Parts: sequence; C-alpha cells; structure tokens
Amino acid sequence: MNLEAILLSLRLAITVSAVLLIISLPLAYWLGFTRWRGKFLVESVVALPLVLPPTVLGFYALVAMGPRGLLGRLWAALFGHPLAFTFSGLVIASLFYSLPFAVQPLVASFESLDRRLLDASAILGASRLRSFVRIVLPLAWPGVLTALVLSFAHTLGEFGVVLMVGGNLPGITRTISIDIYDRTQSLDYPGAHETALLLLVVSFVVLSVVYGINRRVWSPWAHR
Amino acid sequence: MGAPLTPFALSVDIRKRLSAFELQIRHEFPAGFTVVFGPSGAGKSTLLDCIAGLLRPDAGRIALGTSAFFNGAQRISLAPQKRQIGYVFQSLALFPHLSVEENVRYGLDATQVDNPHQKVGQVLQGFRIATLGKRKPNELSGGEKQRVALARSLVTQPRVLLLDEPLTGLDAGLRRAILEDLRTWNAEQRIPILYVTHNRDEVDAIGERLITIENGLLGKTGAPRSVLDAPQTVALAQSAGFENLLDARVLELREADGVMRVALAGGTTELEIPLGAAQPGEQVKVAIRAGDILLAIQEPRGLSARNVCKGTVESIETRGSVAVLRVRSGAAFQVHMTPGALRALHLAQGTPVWLVVKTHSCHVVTAL
Repeated sequence: MNLEAILLSLRLAITVSAVLLIISLPLAYWLGFTRWRGKFLVESVVALPLVLPPTVLGFYALVAMGPRGLLGRLWAALFGHPLAFTFSGLVIASLFYSLPFAVQPLVASFESLDRRLLDASAILGASRLRSFVRIVLPLAWPGVLTALVLSFAHTLGEFGVVLMVGGNLPGITRTISIDIYDRTQSLDYPGAHETALLLLVVSFVVLSVVYGINRRVWSPWAHR
Repeated sequence: MGAPLTPFALSVDIRKRLSAFELQIRHEFPAGFTVVFGPSGAGKSTLLDCIAGLLRPDAGRIALGTSAFFNGAQRISLAPQKRQIGYVFQSLALFPHLSVEENVRYGLDATQVDNPHQKVGQVLQGFRIATLGKRKPNELSGGEKQRVALARSLVTQPRVLLLDEPLTGLDAGLRRAILEDLRTWNAEQRIPILYVTHNRDEVDAIGERLITIENGLLGKTGAPRSVLDAPQTVALAQSAGFENLLDARVLELREADGVMRVALAGGTTELEIPLGAAQPGEQVKVAIRAGDILLAIQEPRGLSARNVCKGTVESIETRGSVAVLRVRSGAAFQVHMTPGALRALHLAQGTPVWLVVKTHSCHVVTAL
C-alpha cells in the first residue's frame, strides 16, 4: 500500500470538501431562494461535471492554469510559481469537479424548508444572515452533512482530472487512484488491490453514514 | 410592559395583480379588532402579506399613522424586519428545532431589549404556557402551539397584529379562553388587529368591526350586524355571526353571581349579562344572536331567564325559512323565529311583546 498516496488523497479531499462547503453554502442558498428566471443556466454550469468526462474538465483546467492561461498567469504573478502540476492546482480543479456534489444536496435541503419559517423569522426582525444561521442551517443540516461527505468521497476517488492537471508527482499530485492505475499498468495486482479495497471500504462507510442520517435518497436536480 | 402607545390607524390603499384577479383594497384599520372575512382564495392572506412586507403591492400606499410601510409613488418599501408587525400564520410556523422559550425569545434576540428573559417569562405567564418553556413545538397540543405562536408575536410589542385564522381547529372553550387573553392584552396595547376567520363563533366573541373581501375586492364594511343584515354574497351569508351588537354602559358588577347589569344606549332597557373585563361606567358592546332571543305575547313569569324586556314589533320580514323581526325595546333588537311560530303568535307590526334573553346568550365585547 502506498501510504504517501493515501495521505495525499486524504489531504486533498479534506481541503476540497471544506473549501467547497464555504463556496457552496451561499451559492446553494441563492439557487434555492432566487426567483430569477435565468437560474437554470447557473444550475447547468454547476451540474456540468456530472456529465462531462473528467478529462475534458481536466483539459480546460490545465489550459487555464498553464503559463498562458488567465488563472496560471494570475497565480504566477501573485505567488511567483506556476499553478499547473502543484497541489494547489489540484485543489482548484477538484473544486469544480466536485462542485455539484456539494451544491445539489444543499439546494435540495434548502428548497424543502417551509418558507413560512423564514417569513416568520423576518417578521420577528431577523436579518437574512441571522435567519440563515439560526433557522436555515440547523434545519438543513442533513443536507450540509451530505454535501460535505459526498464531496469528500468524490474527491478522494478522482482520477481523470488529477491525471490531466496534476500529472503523477509522488507526494504532490500522485493520489490513490493514480497509484492504483500505475500498479495495474505495471501488473502489481496485489498492490493495486490493497489500495482499491481501501477506497471501496471508505466510500461504502461514508455513503452508509450519509444515507443513515439522511433517509431521503440523494439524487441530482431530478426530483423537483 | 412599555408605555401605552397612542393608537395609530393602519391605512391601506393598494393594488396587486394576482393570477386570477386583482387585489384592490382601500381601508383604514383603527386600533382594536377588525375581522376580515371572505372565502378562501379571496385575497385575505395576500392582503396580510402585503401589510407585513412579504409581498410587494404593484401600487399604492400602506402606512401606520404617519410612518409609511409602503409607497409605490415614492418607491418606499420597508423591509418586513423594519415594520414591527406581529403576524401569526395559519400554519403558525413555530421553529421546530427551538424550544417554546427560544421561539418566544426569537423576536427579542434581534433587538437589544433589556432583560429579555424576564419579558419572555411574563408573556409565557400571560398566555398560561409558562410550564412548557423547555418543550419543542412537536411536543405541544394544538391549543398550546397557538398560544406559543401568539406569545412569540406579542412579546416584541408589535405596532400592528395580523392573525390569519390563528385559532382554527380549537374547541369553543379553548378558543374563547385564548381570545380573552388576547383581548386583555390589547386593552393595554391598543393597536390595529386584523383577524382573518371563517368561524361565526369567533366573530361572536371578537368583532366590533368586520370587512369582507371577495375576488380581491372589499365588500361591505362596518359592524357585523350592519354587514350581515343584508348579506350581499353567499360567502357573507354563511359568515353571518351575531346580529345584535348593542352599545351599553356598565351599571354594576355582581361578582358573587358572576354577572353585571348594563343599560342599553337609546332607552331605559337594562340587561343582566355575564361578568366581563369591564368596570362600572365603562362602555361595552353586548352581542346577542338573533336566534337566541325568545318572544312572548304575554308577560312571562317563572322563567329562569333573567332578562325580560317589554317592547314593540317594528317590522317583520320573512326570508325563506326564517322570520326576521325588528323589535324596539329602547334599543332595536333583531329576532329570528320560524314562520310557524310567527303565525301561531299572530305577530304583526305594532304588536306589544316581551323579549326573553338568557344571561349567557349575551356576549360582552369591550368597546375600543
């Protein structure tokens, strides 16, 4: 088993799910409550990674992060080193890749809230932020947990995007699934199996936790 | 409780396009109860939502005294948070994850109120739910939930109170008790209270004023009797509450008997009615259902009913299966009976009669 790869994947998954939660809460709140007619456009963009091959996403991420890409140039100007083939680059690409897994459960749980509770909160003088913290979040916490766990699990196992953006640098961008791929290529089946089994077990446990707590079966935008 | 506020009237003059019709309401709501009647989907809740700031009218004005809540022409639209309104929804909308105490304190958290704990304690006591403080809404009965919702709205000392069928589904006794608490509270606060209901008993117990809304338009307004005397619509006829709403002055309290004597305005007629929250000399309104009054053509004796007043039949009108009589005995009473009873007694215009009213057929309504 490649401990270095496992630790790297864990670090990546934790970073990405934490940052995603911060980004997704306001985004999902807006999607859940806006009456703007063009909101389907934003929904489509958020959902893109669900249908797009990871290599396509990875390809555009690589182009953007490259020395001629906007993101890459900005990053180089700010931090003095390129973004592609670094851990930070991996995090940024993964944010996009796992975005729907964080946003969709949040939107679903926000949309299922009784609007009259928010009306009551406003009438009792609470600002939007206060209503969000005291009413929305506590009542939508199964959605928050689902978002956190799904984005964690999804990032943990990502392959195509990492391969495109990160390459295969041990300790920097060589994640579990890259490691499994490598070992399979070099016919090290027992080694690949050890790591693969670990990922399988972790994913199963994580999903059991989510579904155990959150009885509703999670699914993309479908059930509205 | 804070210093007594000068009572302000809530003036509403708005238009709002809805899918089926346009809501067009122009009315001034004085301090005290105004019952808002109308079939479901008539626009009653939309009106309340506009007043609360949850919906934005297309045009018009909403103001409390001189302070504007909404003014279409001047592009003023105060956020609901800034309007200081109490609003009890039909669904009550108690916060399910908060205890009774936390629910009631919620409105005080946003403002910097001195000693919120004491305030919450007072209002919980006032609504007789002090022992429920630690419970969650799903551990409460229907009546308890309704009390909590009222307490939560009132603890913030709102300037206007909107009640959307807040007591639906309660039995009459419980409803009367809650209404009594609400009335006691408003005797101190004197703010406009809009009370949406379909229930005749609630109108009996509350209303000195009634407005009706149908298809988004204001129907008749006025005292329930004047509105319901000649119902313009089926919905109104259904909602006919108490036909007699009489002005009276309290003469004396007989607390030992649980009754008080009042003198009706416009004559010398006196009635014995149940003890209410009133002092001698105070003006009250006495509500009596037209169907609860008996007529006799000879002076009746040996009755348990305490009120027997001599009068004269002024007019008789038969509406379907009900004969509607107007009897003058100082004040004008409306009396309902069956056409058969009318024939048996040979009643006609000018016939001298005795009105018989049981004490408990009289409901006291504090005149605000």
